[in-house]
Amino acid sequence: MKSDKLITPRSSAYLVERIGFSTLAILSFLLAVPIIGVILYIIIHGAPAISWEFLSRMPSDGMKAGGILPAIVGTFYLTLGTAIFSVPLGIAAAIYLSEYAPENRLTRIIRIAIINLAGIPSIVYGLFGLGLFVIFLKLGTSILAASLTLSIMTLPVIITTTEESLRAVPYAFRVVSTSLGTSRWQTIRRVVLPQAVPGILTGVILGLERAAGETAPILFTGATFFLPQLPNSPLDATMALPYHLFVISTQVPGMPIQIQYGTVLVLLVFVLGMNIVATVIRSRARARRQW
Amino acid sequence: MPEIFERRSRESHGEWVITRLIQTAGYSSIFFVLMILYFLLANGLPVMKDVSLSNLFSTVWYPIEEYYGILPLILGSLVVTLGAALIGVPLGILTAVYISEIAPQWVKEALKPLIEILAGIPSVVLGFLGAIVLSPFLRESLNLPTGLTALTGSILLGAIAIPTIVSISEDALNTVPRAYREAALALGTTRWQTIWGVTVPAARSGILMAIMLGIGRSIGETMTVMMVTGNAPVMPDSLGALFAPIRTMTATIASEMGEVSGGSPHYHVLFFIGIVLFLITLGVNVMASRIAFRQRKRSERVLS
Amino acid sequence: MDKIVVEHLNLRYSDGTESLRDLNLVIPANAITALMGPAGGGKSTFLRALNRLNDLADVVAQSGRVLIDGKDILEPEMDVIALRRKVGMVFSRPLPLPLTIYQNVSYGLEVAGERNREVLDKAVKLALDQAELWDEVHDRLSDPAEALSGGQKQRLCLARALALKPEVILLDEPTSALDPVATAKIESSLSELKKNYTIVIAPHNTQQTARVADWVAFFLQGEMIEFGPSKDIFTRPKDKRTEEYILGRYG
Ligand SMILES: Nc1ncnc2c1ncn2[C@@H]1O[C@H](COP(=O)(O)OP(=O)(O)O)[C@@H](O)[C@H]1O
Ligand SMILES: [Mg+2]
Repeated sequence: MKSDKLITPRSSAYLVERIGFSTLAILSFLLAVPIIGVILYIIIHGAPAISWEFLSRMPSDGMKAGGILPAIVGTFYLTLGTAIFSVPLGIAAAIYLSEYAPENRLTRIIRIAIINLAGIPSIVYGLFGLGLFVIFLKLGTSILAASLTLSIMTLPVIITTTEESLRAVPYAFRVVSTSLGTSRWQTIRRVVLPQAVPGILTGVILGLERAAGETAPILFTGATFFLPQLPNSPLDATMALPYHLFVISTQVPGMPIQIQYGTVLVLLVFVLGMNIVATVIRSRARARRQW
Repeated sequence: MPEIFERRSRESHGEWVITRLIQTAGYSSIFFVLMILYFLLANGLPVMKDVSLSNLFSTVWYPIEEYYGILPLILGSLVVTLGAALIGVPLGILTAVYISEIAPQWVKEALKPLIEILAGIPSVVLGFLGAIVLSPFLRESLNLPTGLTALTGSILLGAIAIPTIVSISEDALNTVPRAYREAALALGTTRWQTIWGVTVPAARSGILMAIMLGIGRSIGETMTVMMVTGNAPVMPDSLGALFAPIRTMTATIASEMGEVSGGSPHYHVLFFIGIVLFLITLGVNVMASRIAFRQRKRSERVLS
Repeated sequence: MDKIVVEHLNLRYSDGTESLRDLNLVIPANAITALMGPAGGGKSTFLRALNRLNDLADVVAQSGRVLIDGKDILEPEMDVIALRRKVGMVFSRPLPLPLTIYQNVSYGLEVAGERNREVLDKAVKLALDQAELWDEVHDRLSDPAEALSGGQKQRLCLARALALKPEVILLDEPTSALDPVATAKIESSLSELKKNYTIVIAPHNTQQTARVADWVAFFLQGEMIEFGPSKDIFTRPKDKRTEEYILGRYG
């Protein structure tokens, strides 16, 4: 077969195809290598910094020694706070769009609004959070203000992915459930939502992953340079891994490089760990799905 | 059997409440966009009182001496984004084409998670690596005075835009009906010719949307550019600007908002830059959604 | 006894099709009434009017009255949820919910607020018995319903509707996806069930109509051409179109 093609008049076309395919393969390979490289690089350089002390101690000596506990805890709090606001709201909004919204102008406006929310730069969210939560609502630079800011930023991710997984549930299930004398909400809660859970979870985690890694929205809403103790109320400011990394790598002269790499590694594990969890949930649900 | 016709059963009260809650949540996105717009305007528009228009749209950004010209910042953002597009768009589309049309299954399954990982790397991490690895490398290999240049930012922003471009383009390519390809192949064209002659053109609106959204992400990116572009608010005047330090709008807000006092002209100008950013990304995103606004219609009929 | 009385029922979908035109019909209790006619005649549409499932479809205009036990169910203030519990439906595709066998049958009751295990257990057994499925599944009630065969699934769907103790059962071509053996089982359940229920079925062919129907309504392009006892319709149809259909002229 192959050799046949080579002697047809159009063999040059096949040669082009071979060259084209190879070029694209090489390009994609060249894209993949740096990604793997970056991950390995961070692991190799960061691993030596990781110790129990590094993870469990407060920073000392102007952050040039000790651990990064408050940054880890802070990022955890911020992620949790973001989840508290954005998950219920995002899922409810997605349910509205998938199950209730009529096809009309208002719904189109909602969709445009969501696209806009998704596109607004994270630093602009920071400005907004400063204007609304920190100053207008007088929450101050706090975990609460930062979480609220991050929530609104995360909302479109959660809405979009949740709506997609709700729509993937076959419409026939809704008809069947309705025919058995159930209200719309009962059908959603008992049939549609359970089937969409893996997809929703994936979307939620991906949204929170983004929130956990963000710096710009918390710069003026909740992040602080250094705290002598862990925050003990939502109205306290907090350290956070991404902001900490930014600070120690750009603002503190003479910062030991080890600590920087260690911080990068911890942040990456935090964020990519969520990513991997999401991927696993998604692929397992796909394998198990009956429809 | 009149019980059939009992008025609404007792769930229906809760049902009403839940429906309202869900509806309110559904509308909330509109509310948030308006709130964002309002707070940007409320804090940004007062700049018109404090700073003259000719100052605002001048070419000098030097806030300490009350030079608030935002043109170098806008152009700085544009230059970096343009560079990012030049890198990210071709690479992103070609990768999407490769994944969707050419790659064997196992390669697909390896590439897609990798690209998701790239999407997941926080921008501050990319900025850190850019400053510590990429910028020294560029300085030495291109023999520049500093490695913190627009180009450094462009390369990293390209990397940030790529996952968006790849995933949306790939979706667009996947929705091209199989029959198109088969028809073309049946006419004796090669797969390569089919890809560029049939499949990619059929997916062009989706790909265009991917490009727009990728660019939208690049314009708004903050931490990475702030950490690698050197932050010099100079007017970029030629192509050489790519190889020199530059300052974007986002980086300006991020690095200066912490030091200004609330209500000062400088504070208002920073919010004003936020308005400009908001409007630019709004434009880009609305255009992107115009291009490919087709909500999957629920064509499935009630079971029959 | 007249269970369902339909008066001047008209229905139009958003695509403009006039799917039901001035329908007048009386459906007797404790009998099987079959809706016969070529595809697109409005049989499914009519069945869905009886449990207001058309509320989910793109209906733009509906007029007339459908009285069940003397009460107009098309009225806007009708409690459609209670209606659907009393008017069960089986669809042409055997489509269990993504739950276990047991949960599929108990679903309607549980949503309706029944919490008592014993009551549920009893209702599930009874319904599965009525659908002639109990013997085959009693030892694997907590398996996913998806594991059943096509015929079993469809009987599960019947059981699921029966569990709510409806008075009317609607069946829309319930055996169109089944083999002859599975079809026979469903048909035998129906002839047992008609003693206690009002059954309205759109059979999936004329032979089935002849086998199961006590009464036959012939639907053609949204109109009901003829209604009468099954015997009469098959032996001496009044309308020429009915005769032609029975003789196979419409395919
Ligand atoms: N959900 C729907 N939306 C729009 N038109 C429909 C819908 N269901 C049925 N129709 C139309 O109504 C007419 C009657 O259809 P149907 O009730 O399904 O007939 P039958 O069940 O006798 O085949 C057909 O023309 C069909 O296209
Ligand atoms: Mg039908």
